[in-house]
Amino acid sequence: MSMNKLHALSSLEAMLIRFGIAGVFLFETARTIVLPPYSIKPLIKQVAFVGARSLLVIVVAGLFVGMVIALQFYDTLVRFGSVSLLGSAVGLSLIRELGPVLTALMVIGRAGSAMCAEIGIMRVDNQIDALECMAIDPYRYLFAPRILAGIICVPILTAVFILVGIFGGYFVGVILFGVSPGSYFQGMSDTILNRDLFMGFSKSLVFGLLIVWIACDKGFNLHLDKHGAYGSEGVSRITTESVVISSIAILFSDYLLSALIL
Amino acid sequence: MIDPNIKNVIEIEGLNSYYGEKQILSNISLQVERKEVMVIMGHSGSGKSTLLRHMIGLNTAESGSIKLLGKEITGLNRKELYELRKHIGVAFQNGALFSSMTLQENVELPLHEHTRLDHNTIRIMSRLKLELMNLSDNESLMPAELSGGMLKRAGLARAVIMDPEILFFDEPSAGLDPVTSAELDDLILQLRDALNMTIIVVTHELESAFKIADRITVIDNGQQIITGNKQTIRNSTDNRIVSMLERRAMNENIDADDYLNKLTRS
Ligand SMILES: Nc1ncnc2c1ncn2[C@@H]1O[C@H](COP(=O)(O)OP(=O)(O)OP(=O)(O)O)[C@@H](O)[C@H]1O
Ligand SMILES: [Mg+2]
Repeated sequence: MSMNKLHALSSLEAMLIRFGIAGVFLFETARTIVLPPYSIKPLIKQVAFVGARSLLVIVVAGLFVGMVIALQFYDTLVRFGSVSLLGSAVGLSLIRELGPVLTALMVIGRAGSAMCAEIGIMRVDNQIDALECMAIDPYRYLFAPRILAGIICVPILTAVFILVGIFGGYFVGVILFGVSPGSYFQGMSDTILNRDLFMGFSKSLVFGLLIVWIACDKGFNLHLDKHGAYGSEGVSRITTESVVISSIAILFSDYLLSALIL
Repeated sequence: MIDPNIKNVIEIEGLNSYYGEKQILSNISLQVERKEVMVIMGHSGSGKSTLLRHMIGLNTAESGSIKLLGKEITGLNRKELYELRKHIGVAFQNGALFSSMTLQENVELPLHEHTRLDHNTIRIMSRLKLELMNLSDNESLMPAELSGGMLKRAGLARAVIMDPEILFFDEPSAGLDPVTSAELDDLILQLRDALNMTIIVVTHELESAFKIADRITVIDNGQQIITGNKQTIRNSTDNRIVSMLERRAMNENIDADDYLNKLTRS
């Protein structure tokens, strides 16, 4: 691709072209995911990478987030005399918003940044050129397993976050403040609809895709970076950029998806 | 698919290449014959690696034609390009080994990806190549644990694992001690004679170039100065070639004030 002239264009044109390149990146990766040959080993490796990197921090974060929202809701609901709603308030906010969004932000910090740096170093060190020269398609070899791992892991990690969060809320509401355990869980199962579960699930799916897509595209297309740094300085900059861009993309698409589904 | 009796495995016509606004190569025309060692020489930054990248389709030319094994590479789609690249091996200037894999895994990767050979056969083939490169004791090390010379030889082992028809080798001897680089030169000749490879070597080491080359191309500042056999190069009266052969600095008569200005300009 003749990207050399990217630098000469206006920033708007350059940005549009850059979006196009990211689109091509996703399209090419999707194509290698759909078409054979399929290989399962690299996928397992990437799932382990994303999962293992993020699991502990997700559990800890889920626990404290569940605890703090139970605390806040309890204090609010007590004023209306309706602490029996605590379970559904905690459950709904975790499933619909906090679970997917906070999990995604954690995964960005733990796995997305590492992925971006790894791919960026491969680009800088000619390892990606070496792959191309060995006639190994980087989309299939590097990115298909990573994108799939994102789509698989983030929903699972989100579910973990939500479950741990509900337990954290239980701990604060039921054990510390004496809300009856029956009403905590009954309220939850009465108010949570399939639509809420669908919303949480589809958000986490989209977030998983976005995180890996942005991280890998940033690293892979490091050499198109308009500031033109190729060495370790370039890697550190695009890694930071990828964290910022994917965080914003998550929050933006979170609003979009909420508005669409509600 | 590829004509086995083709005479010129590489044919470049009028190649012009840019990085951004900056012209890196101008009007390069070059033929590489089957089973010869073509050495590309020139100063640092003259465009040797860039020319190599064009030959293997990693860079896109502004204008000109590049035929690899008889196929015009600018017109190929990715699949056709990959098919073509299965016949070549590339050893990069820095080795470009995958840092998350051991030396052995690096060397075996193309076999795992492109053949259906069983594990043991692949192991034997990779050991053969590592043995050839004097690396058999290091097969389980990670690239970060290797020295510069070892990385280069490992990159070479990976490049020839599929027994390619054409081997591209960027700077085999740069940064190596004389003994190791002489060994690499011998290896290159061995690859040509034993495995019948066409070999394209980029270097700025005069001695090594004259030892291994069948023909030499000299590039200066993106301009192709000369292409010919060793005798042609030696007999050249071109100033730049003569000074290169005599290892003189290119711009000897530097004005002291100019030089000072250059250093202190803001
Ligand atoms: N990715 C790039 N973007 C912009 N300019 C580049 C890039 N790569 C190389 N150049 C420029 O192109 C010119 C030729 O570079 P090239 O790497 O081909 O030189 P070389 O002859 O291989 O040098 P060396 O012997 O030091 O390896 C240099 O002036 C360099 O600054
Ligand atoms: Mg070079």
